[in-house]
Amino acid sequence: MSGAPLLEVRELAVSFNTEEGSVRAVDRLDLDVAPGEVLAVVGESGSGKSVTALTLMGLSRGPNTRISGSVRFDGIDLIAARDEELRRIRGERIAMVFQDPMTSLDPVYRVGDQIVEQIRAHRETSREEARSRAIELLDAVGIPDAASRADAYPHQFSGGMRQRVMIAMALSLDPSLLIADEPTTALDVTVQAQIVALLRELNRARGLSVVLITHDIGLVAEVADRVAVMYAGRVVEQGTLDEVFYDPQHPYTWGLLGSLTRIDRPRPERLPQIPGAPPSLLSPPQGCHFRPRCAHEFERCAQVPDLEARLAEAPGHLDRCWLDPVEKRERRPIEVDGS
Amino acid sequence: MSGEPLLEVRGLAKHFDPGAGLFGRGGEPVRAVDGVDLRVATGETLGLVGESGSGKSTLCRAILRLVEPTAGSVRFEGQELTELSQRRLRPLRRHVQMIFQNPSASLNPRKRVGDIVGAPLKLHGLASGAELHRRVGELLGRVGLSPEHLGRYPHEFSGGQRQRIGIARALATEPKLILADEPVSALDVSIRAQIVNLLQDIQDEMGIAYLFVAHDIGIVRHVSDRIAVMHRGRIVEQGQTDQVCEQPRDPYTQELLAAVPVPDPREARARRSTGGVGG
Repeated sequence: MSGAPLLEVRELAVSFNTEEGSVRAVDRLDLDVAPGEVLAVVGESGSGKSVTALTLMGLSRGPNTRISGSVRFDGIDLIAARDEELRRIRGERIAMVFQDPMTSLDPVYRVGDQIVEQIRAHRETSREEARSRAIELLDAVGIPDAASRADAYPHQFSGGMRQRVMIAMALSLDPSLLIADEPTTALDVTVQAQIVALLRELNRARGLSVVLITHDIGLVAEVADRVAVMYAGRVVEQGTLDEVFYDPQHPYTWGLLGSLTRIDRPRPERLPQIPGAPPSLLSPPQGCHFRPRCAHEFERCAQVPDLEARLAEAPGHLDRCWLDPVEKRERRPIEVDGS
Repeated sequence: MSGEPLLEVRGLAKHFDPGAGLFGRGGEPVRAVDGVDLRVATGETLGLVGESGSGKSTLCRAILRLVEPTAGSVRFEGQELTELSQRRLRPLRRHVQMIFQNPSASLNPRKRVGDIVGAPLKLHGLASGAELHRRVGELLGRVGLSPEHLGRYPHEFSGGQRQRIGIARALATEPKLILADEPVSALDVSIRAQIVNLLQDIQDEMGIAYLFVAHDIGIVRHVSDRIAVMHRGRIVEQGQTDQVCEQPRDPYTQELLAAVPVPDPREARARRSTGGVGG
C-alpha cells in the first residue's frame, strides 16, 4: 500500500439502544482501503460487517444509534459530515450494491430510466446524453444487447443480470469506492463466479476501490487484495490475502478456513467445527469475544487484545489474539501451505 | 447397493399448467420435474445438487406427495406411493421425514419446542403422557439441545439451534429416510459444520438414509455416497461421489464444479491466468 488510503477508519464504534439494552454492533474498528484496492470484510451474521458498511455510507444514523470514531474518505470525515454533504458523496464518490437487487430496483420503471434518473439527479446532462451513458454502462457490466435491454423492467432480468444492472447503476456517477454487501449471496454458484469476475475486472480496468462484505471466506481468495475478519463486532485479523490464508493468526480465522469444504482436496471424515455459537452482543463475554468458543483460551484472554502486528516479518498483518505467534504456528490445527 | 432400494423413483414428473390460476396465460406447461429416476439404498446418502429453479425442491415434494406428481412412480420399500390415498399414505409418512432450509419458517412460532418435537409422536400414536415427555427430552438431547429447552419457543433459539429442533422433529418417528432440503444453506459458516456433523452422527447411529438436497456441491460432496446432478427438471448425471466430482461427464456438472470458488489465493491466481472461470 503506497500513499494515503482512500478510506481510513479509526476506532469506529456503533451502538444501538434497544429495549433490552445497548448493543455494541461495531467495536473499535480500524480499516484502511488504498486507492485501487479490494478489501474483503468477512464475518458471520451479527459480526457487525453490514453495520460497518452502512456506517461508511452514513446510513446507520438515527436517534437510537451512537457512533464514535472517525471515517475519513479522501480527507473528508464522514462521521462529522452533514446529511447534505453525505448525500452528495453517496452515489457520486461512494456507491453501494446490496444482496438482493430486486428490493433495490424499482419494479415499475424500466432499468435504463432508473439509471438515467440517477445520473440526472447529480449531473446536468440531457436525457439523451444520460441515456447513452446508461447503455454504455449496461454494456460495460456485461448485459448483452444493452440498447434494447435498457427498456426492460427489473422482473424481466434474471437474478445475476439484475445484480449487473445494480452494479451499472452504482458506477453511473463514476465513484472511486464501491461497497458491495453480500453481492453474490442470493445468486447461483455459476452466476456468483461471473459477478465476482466482473467486480475484479472493474477494479483492475477502472482502478475502482472495492469493499466486499461477505460471509463466505471461500469467495475472498478469488477477488480480494486484503482481508479483514470480523467476529462479534470486532476485527480479529487483518492482512493481505496471502497472509490471512497462508499464515492465519487468530483461532477464529483457523475455524473459518478449516470448516470450508474444498472440492480440490480429499474429503475429510468429519468437517472441523467451531463449537458453540456467536455471543449475544447485548451481553458479550468480557475480554476476547471468541474466548468461550476457543480451544486455546488462557487467563490473559479476559482482557481485550489490541488489533496489532505481532509478527516482525509482516508489519501489516494484524490480529487480536494474546497467543504467542510461535505457539500459534504450533497449535494451528489447519493445514496451511506457508511456502 | 444390493437387493431392493429403500426408495426408488422412476420417470417422476411434475408439470405446472400456466393456464391455471387467476393470471393464467395458457401456453406450454412448466416442466419443473421432467422424468426423474433415483434410487436411495438403506443407510446411504444420495446428494441431489442443482441451482435455483432446477426442480430439486419440487422433486422432494412430489416424492412425499406434498404436490401430486403428473406422472411416474415412487416406491418406498417396494410399495407404490403414487397410487395410495392420502389416508393410506399417512402411516408411511412415519418412515419418510423432511428437514427444511429455513428452520424459522418451518417451526410454528406459537408452539413450544416440546410440542413441536412431540407432534409427530402424537400424530402417529407412538407415545403419550410421561412417555411422550421422556422421548422428547431424549430427542432434544440427541441433537445437542437440553431437555430444559422443552418449554421455550422457537424465537428464543439461534438459527443453528432451530435447525437442531427441526432435526429432532424429523427423528421423532424413527424414520428410515429423511429428505433434507438445503438443511444448512441458511446457516452461518461456523454452524454449518456442526449441523453436517450431527446429521452424519445420526446416520451412523440409526442407519437413516438421506436424500440431501443442496445447491452447494462442496457440501453435497462432503456428505454423499452418491450424487445426482439436477438441471432444468432432469437428472443430467448420477454416480459415485468421487466419480462425479473428479470425472464429471455432463457439461453442466463440469460448469458447476468449475464455478466453485477456490479458497486458495495461489490456486485462484493460477486458475485466472489459465483463463478458467473467474478470469
